[in-house]
Amino acid sequence: MYNAGKILIGLIIFFGLATFPFFYNMGKAIAKPEPKVDTPEIMKLAKQDRKCVESKEFMRAEHMQLLNEWRDSVVRSNTRVYVNAEGKKFDMSLQNTCMRCHSNKKKFCDECHNYMAVKPYCWDCHIAPKEKES
Amino acid sequence: MKTLIPFFAVVILIVLALAGVNMANMQFLFGVAIPYAALATFILGVIYRVVKWGRSPVPFCIPTTCGQQKSLPWIKQDKIENPSSTGWVIVRMALEVLLFRSLFRNIKTELRDGPKLAYGSDKWLWLAGLAFHWSFLIILVRHFRFFSLGVPFPIRMIEGLDSFLQIGVPLFYMTDAVILAAVTYLFIRRMTIPTVKYISLPADYFPLFLILAIAASGVIMRYFAKVDIVSVKQLTMGLVSFSPVIPKGIGSIFYVHLFLISILFAYFPFSKLVHMAGVFMSPTRNMANDSRMVRHINPWNYPVHVHTYEEYENDFRAKMKAAGLPVEKE
Amino acid sequence: MAKFSAKPDELAKIRYAPPETEWMETPVEFREHMFCHAAKPKDLETVEFPNAHEWSSKDEDWKLPANWEQTILQGMKDLLGKYRSFQLFMDICVRCGACADKCHFFIGSGDPKNMPVLRAELLRSVYRGNFTLAGKILRKLAGARELTVSVLKEWWYYFYQCTECRRCSVFCPYGIDTAEITMMGRELTNMIGLQLGWIGGPVANCYMKGNHLGLEPHTIKSSIEFFLDDIESITGIKIEPTFNRKGAEILFVTPSGDLFANPGTYTAMGYLMLFHELGLDYTWSTYASEGGNFGFFTSNEMAKRLNSKIYAEAKRLGVKWVLGGECGHMWRVINQYMDTWNGPADFMEVPKSPITGTVFDNAKSTKMVHIAEFTADLIKHNKLKLDPRRNDHLKVTFHDSCNTSRGMGLLEEPRYVIKSVCSHFYEMPENTIREKTFCCGSGTGLNASENMELRMRGGFPRANAVKYVHERHGVNMLANVCAIDRATLSASMDYWVPGVGVAGVHELVGNALIMKGEKERTQDLRLEPLPGKEGSE
Repeated sequence: MYNAGKILIGLIIFFGLATFPFFYNMGKAIAKPEPKVDTPEIMKLAKQDRKCVESKEFMRAEHMQLLNEWRDSVVRSNTRVYVNAEGKKFDMSLQNTCMRCHSNKKKFCDECHNYMAVKPYCWDCHIAPKEKES
Repeated sequence: MKTLIPFFAVVILIVLALAGVNMANMQFLFGVAIPYAALATFILGVIYRVVKWGRSPVPFCIPTTCGQQKSLPWIKQDKIENPSSTGWVIVRMALEVLLFRSLFRNIKTELRDGPKLAYGSDKWLWLAGLAFHWSFLIILVRHFRFFSLGVPFPIRMIEGLDSFLQIGVPLFYMTDAVILAAVTYLFIRRMTIPTVKYISLPADYFPLFLILAIAASGVIMRYFAKVDIVSVKQLTMGLVSFSPVIPKGIGSIFYVHLFLISILFAYFPFSKLVHMAGVFMSPTRNMANDSRMVRHINPWNYPVHVHTYEEYENDFRAKMKAAGLPVEKE
Repeated sequence: MAKFSAKPDELAKIRYAPPETEWMETPVEFREHMFCHAAKPKDLETVEFPNAHEWSSKDEDWKLPANWEQTILQGMKDLLGKYRSFQLFMDICVRCGACADKCHFFIGSGDPKNMPVLRAELLRSVYRGNFTLAGKILRKLAGARELTVSVLKEWWYYFYQCTECRRCSVFCPYGIDTAEITMMGRELTNMIGLQLGWIGGPVANCYMKGNHLGLEPHTIKSSIEFFLDDIESITGIKIEPTFNRKGAEILFVTPSGDLFANPGTYTAMGYLMLFHELGLDYTWSTYASEGGNFGFFTSNEMAKRLNSKIYAEAKRLGVKWVLGGECGHMWRVINQYMDTWNGPADFMEVPKSPITGTVFDNAKSTKMVHIAEFTADLIKHNKLKLDPRRNDHLKVTFHDSCNTSRGMGLLEEPRYVIKSVCSHFYEMPENTIREKTFCCGSGTGLNASENMELRMRGGFPRANAVKYVHERHGVNMLANVCAIDRATLSASMDYWVPGVGVAGVHELVGNALIMKGEKERTQDLRLEPLPGKEGSE
């Protein structure tokens, strides 16, 4: 007895699962995220002043860690001043520091978070800024 | 030697990926060509293996019965451990594949003074095996977020459950810890139990080291030496949409991670790891014990030379008659 | 050869630590009392086995046929193509070691090559070296090795230190069954004329004379007549069974060991008494006079050749169905092989008990019913008058045979029968019975006398469990449903647990059975006084 039918069904299921990502994305437009940093607040600044609290590379990889540390620092030890690598001081505040420049949550935060299917719990407590639908 | 050679084999693989990306700029080779080749090898290799098994028939109905057979109506059949119908075979197989039923039975034999043999429950191998396989599966499934836009809900749910402790940022996945612990346990077990150490081959240590390195590189990438994850997803999405791109500036640890996974996939069909497919085809588990009810057919059941009654009677006719036994020919 | 004389206490000092050298670098050492003599060439020639030759495993030179390596490798290739089990089990073992301490030979000897995983690796290493790409390229690194004389000797030693009991298969996460591996290993040794004397002789006897003891037709009749005299002196009833009778409703087939040696003979007496009391329309056969199948320990083809006699005889005699006696591997063969080999048995009817009317649907294709199923059904329907007090001198435990438990699932039927005919029944520890039962240590043709140490080592786990109930509950009788058990457990009990006897279930039935017109019994079937009847002779 060979059970050829059952083996074939098994192989089809295997092939389907192993190649699922290829089929799942077939025909879908794959646009890469392009977070916008052209908010009025940023545009107001002179070109050389358009800098975040830390370097772009650091922020790209570690922003979640930084925000987490800020939260702990503020909530648990009431320390509100952040000193960056260059010795510049910032108020540890998502809404008052970060979002002041990056007032475009949808175009800045969500662009990548959605792309990566990440759902940060910042907005569980913080109120997301009101934006005009653009 | 049995452990050192596979250990250094994995080290060499890591060095190879680092050197290839950092010194020779072979991002395309490690990021695109090898992963494609590995996946193709994996899929075709597994199919080849299964087809090869399938080409050998199951000539006899040989389930290992681990419970009461179906016989008289008033005797309770153990339908799971001794199934007589396809439905219960599926239940038995499901328990085997999903929960490692047979390994759960494991007992430890000890010789004590007396002499007295004692049998104790021994579920550590079962627990570690189950923890390892399930965390591997969950990790594999949640990696789907790198291979799809608009990640489907079930995958997001698995990810949510895996990280529901909300420890640290990025959120800590429980399976990361479980898989590292389980693989480490399986390795230590192999090294410290004398009999298991004795039976182990380099081919048993290699996958352990490889998987350990894959999990470790993943953990490092997520929590410690972070890479530009958006670029990584651009690369992976390029792969699944057959329009490969190599975004600039992805940390080389990503290429190490990807290369080791490619090696695992390519190695899979040609090693003991094919037990993943093989477990479904094991005739001692996937057959119903119904061979007295339904005739099982053996495709190569050729006629054999037998000693017939006629020949037998010819040998003994006189003695049979003398003893008053009936004969066909007087 | 010095007689085996090691004391149980010495034998039970078992070292489980593996040797310093790797197993591939540890050549096999043929230890006295641990292996069997070679088969006689004439016995192999009788059944047309190839390459029969005079040789001894103790010699350096085994006088192997020319090109024996090619014969084996070609044989392996054929077997891989014929058996999915073999092909699969060569490929998927992960060497987790769950099987290691489940083998009675490993528990009893501590020899690492008796761990089921390593027993299979003996074959797997050659498979890898010759049939897999990784093995051909990476050689030892992939666990591959050449087929050499030394490897062959290892095969010989260890494939005849496995009784195909399948206990390892119960615990294996992939159901890898060492019985399958050992069967393949034995097929291969047979191809180059290597066979055990204790298998080769019985096979030739089964083939030519119908039973493994070589009892000729008139001897079978006179053996049974001898039992009839004993039965008459115990019960006062004269029984007249029939032989080779055409037109009987039922053909009865049982292992021939029960016609020859104690305590199996008492089981045969039990059958005779039961069938007489029921007035069963049945017949014995001198042609199909062996339920056991020694061919099963050599090659698939030989097993089929021997097994063919049962259906052939059933057809010739025109019976409606076949009733099978107590035997272990016989029932593995009947349950899992017979119909496939020699069926369909469409010339018979679905078995139906003429006494209770019960239709044995579970045997509707093979048309063969186990005597424990048959008797359990009788007792359930109150068709037997039983006096369990006649077994009151016995404190009974039950040994599940490997094959009926793990190759069939006959667990409750014999227990029900025993509990109905005995007042004192005690189970052995849970991990040593039912699907986890231990082999007697001497199955698959290993019940010779020259390998007594091997047998005692293999029998140690079973005997140790008996010892437990012997000491705890005073158990003095080990009941079983297997002729090899009856032949071998007696030796094992005498060695490890003196004071415990061995009995077939139907001996106990025969003792308890109240027969119509019987005189007041004073003796049991062993002609020993019944409880309360001592001194009445």
